[in-house]
Amino acid sequence: MIRDLDPAGVGRLERQTDEGAQELRARSREAVLPGGPWPEGLGDTMIVNMGPQHPSTHGVLRIMMELDSEEVLRAKAVVGYLHTGMEKTAEELSYVQGCTNVTRMDYASPLSNELVYSMAVERLLDLEVPQRAVWIRMMMAELNRMSSHLLFQASNGMDLGAVSMMLYGWREREEVLRLLEMITGLRMNHNYIRVGGVAADLPDGWQEATLAAMDLVEKGVAEYDALLTENPIWLERTVGVGLITVEECLALSITGPVLRSTGFAWDLRKAQPYLAYDDVDFDVIYTENGDVFDRYRIRLYEILESAKIVRQCVERMPAGDYRTQDHKVTPPPRERINESMEALIHHFKLFTEGFRVPAGETYVAVESPRGEIGCQLFSDGSARPVRMHIRGPSFYNLQAMGPMVRGGLVADAVAIVSSIDPIMGEVDR
Amino acid sequence: MSDDAGAPAAPPVPSDEVAAAVLERFPEAVFADSHGQAVVYVARSAWAEVAGFLRDEQGFSMCVDVTAVDHLLDGVRHSPSGVSPERFEVVANFLAPARNRRIRAICEVPEGEASASSLTPVYPGANFAEREVFDLLGIVFEGHPDMTRILMPDEWEGHPLRKDYAPARVPVTFKGDPAPR
Amino acid sequence: MGLESIPHNFLTGRLEDVVRWARRNSVFPATFGLACCAIEMMATGAAHYDLARFGMEVFRASPRQADLMIVAGRVSQKMAPVLRQVYDQMVEPKWVISMGVCASSGGMFNNYAIVQGVDQIVPVDVYVPGCPPGPETLLHGIITLHEQIRTGDLMRRRATSPSGGAGIHLETAHS
Repeated sequence: MIRDLDPAGVGRLERQTDEGAQELRARSREAVLPGGPWPEGLGDTMIVNMGPQHPSTHGVLRIMMELDSEEVLRAKAVVGYLHTGMEKTAEELSYVQGCTNVTRMDYASPLSNELVYSMAVERLLDLEVPQRAVWIRMMMAELNRMSSHLLFQASNGMDLGAVSMMLYGWREREEVLRLLEMITGLRMNHNYIRVGGVAADLPDGWQEATLAAMDLVEKGVAEYDALLTENPIWLERTVGVGLITVEECLALSITGPVLRSTGFAWDLRKAQPYLAYDDVDFDVIYTENGDVFDRYRIRLYEILESAKIVRQCVERMPAGDYRTQDHKVTPPPRERINESMEALIHHFKLFTEGFRVPAGETYVAVESPRGEIGCQLFSDGSARPVRMHIRGPSFYNLQAMGPMVRGGLVADAVAIVSSIDPIMGEVDR
Repeated sequence: MSDDAGAPAAPPVPSDEVAAAVLERFPEAVFADSHGQAVVYVARSAWAEVAGFLRDEQGFSMCVDVTAVDHLLDGVRHSPSGVSPERFEVVANFLAPARNRRIRAICEVPEGEASASSLTPVYPGANFAEREVFDLLGIVFEGHPDMTRILMPDEWEGHPLRKDYAPARVPVTFKGDPAPR
Repeated sequence: MGLESIPHNFLTGRLEDVVRWARRNSVFPATFGLACCAIEMMATGAAHYDLARFGMEVFRASPRQADLMIVAGRVSQKMAPVLRQVYDQMVEPKWVISMGVCASSGGMFNNYAIVQGVDQIVPVDVYVPGCPPGPETLLHGIITLHEQIRTGDLMRRRATSPSGGAGIHLETAHS
């Protein structure tokens, strides 16, 4: 069964050293600069390349490490292997089409990207979205958080050697994806949360399906907890590995579970609530040690918190419109096109030119499973953005890799990258 | 921002206390209210100083985002009075978690001298973001420890996100089409 | 070299059938997940859709031990040489599935950053459309490839044509 969160209660295993074996060098805690020129290997050290094609780099991340036998002296992340020019593409697409582009950035939680983009455009339009749409968006965002954290459990387990976690995590993730497919029509890259609301209303029978999925997921999370949380091998590999402090996190612009593992309970859903998060009951999970084990536990318990929120959404979903009635922004229902000339013209204009957004700029941020995802949007009164920049949390969180791997072993580097949970789609865009 | 009819627009009084503090320390800065968010337009020469002020005296311990925009082809340029618009703008968002506040700072960067001072001495987390701005828009950040390309291959020429850089669409051909679209 | 260099007659027919059966039933994919399609590829390998029943459970990390490269995701300009290098490191016989529309044709990203189809870089045997293709679609693509391996046409075509059988026309300096 799930134990109460007790950050100090787990305890740390003492590192057992044999006489004559090499002690791990003490990790230095100096201020970090993640970049820096890369001098040639000095003397006995070796520079080794991990990736971009590598089973455990979570996508196409390349890490150059300077090694002294098995110990990592320094590591540098080289990104850009998945650069897709999405921000340039966004300048070519209208605001109506923008969600299809943005959703493919953080492809493990596509609905967060759609949400932040839609909210930024709606802010510039000064458009208010109906309550039902707000609650549907919130429920979808939490379902996405669950599926992303389940993916993390699966891939994190596999990276650390608990290969059966891969299959267990995917088993529960399939339940959530089936639910998402039922509601949005797609398993991934949904293009469901759009400017003005959501693309379609919830289908019949969604309450039973959602509650059944939540039961299955909660049962699965209990199994993972039983499998891993007190497993001595797991503890040996994750406790005390990849330490980072709250000052380093703030200096390096790190948000999300990595920041929350250092003892700072910063979650935008509570600190700067958006949608209807101030209206639902949930806890922010945080721990104090700042290591890989803590980040695993935070994400595990966040699945349960998200399930709590989803259950509240099922109970309290308001009736009403699922998107705004302003047909300059959202298309009219298809049946109306046959009856009304105005509806036909709105439909035509929306899907050819799109809608115009008054000149201005804004920054909107939401809490994605990886941290603060933001959209800095500039408009000039036309139907296409001047500049759409997505502040991807993984882009900044990767800067944590430098201080975390220093002084550890190569195998620890794998664990650390996995615990940052980067998604290269939003790093490189 | 409303003005008296006929009179030149008075600079808006900041409704946000942090912005007011910035304007007090940096008199040439301009405040703007962007849909409820506080934005200060500062001079390019004071860019790093403003960041230092925000971190040391106002408690903005996190620089959330640094990005830039190219206004070359704007239809309507959104620019508050008191700011002389240039081709590029560098935008930085800051967060003070202890005070639960955000503020945005924007500086104008002219085309001929596309550079600004780096925020990395104050906020090391701006490292990757400034490299991205350099890579995609060609704005150099002085004082950055590693001003190299981050997303494009190292030998790439040009800065893709600039408006005079073509998106490089390949004409799409379908079977049976007489000519590429 | 290999099976294809043996003169094809009724004596070697049975041997060829056995070899093709073996090749088809134990294709080892190389991990080349790039973007969103990689997530669906992982889903296909997971318990619900189960690639293991087709003999493809083990995703070999080392290209030397892999038969099949499933290019899952968009290939950027920076990644293209890496893709080619990994393909070159694979040992014959090898196959390529281009999974998803980004790998097949550049997908929705028709711009400076994305290679418009991995067939610009490596010869592709099966194109699997979708954005991303669901696991059933990818399985359909894999089974199609298995059929091609079973009949052996693919390897015969490759052995005889100068461009490796995939319709890639290499321009030499004097043509």
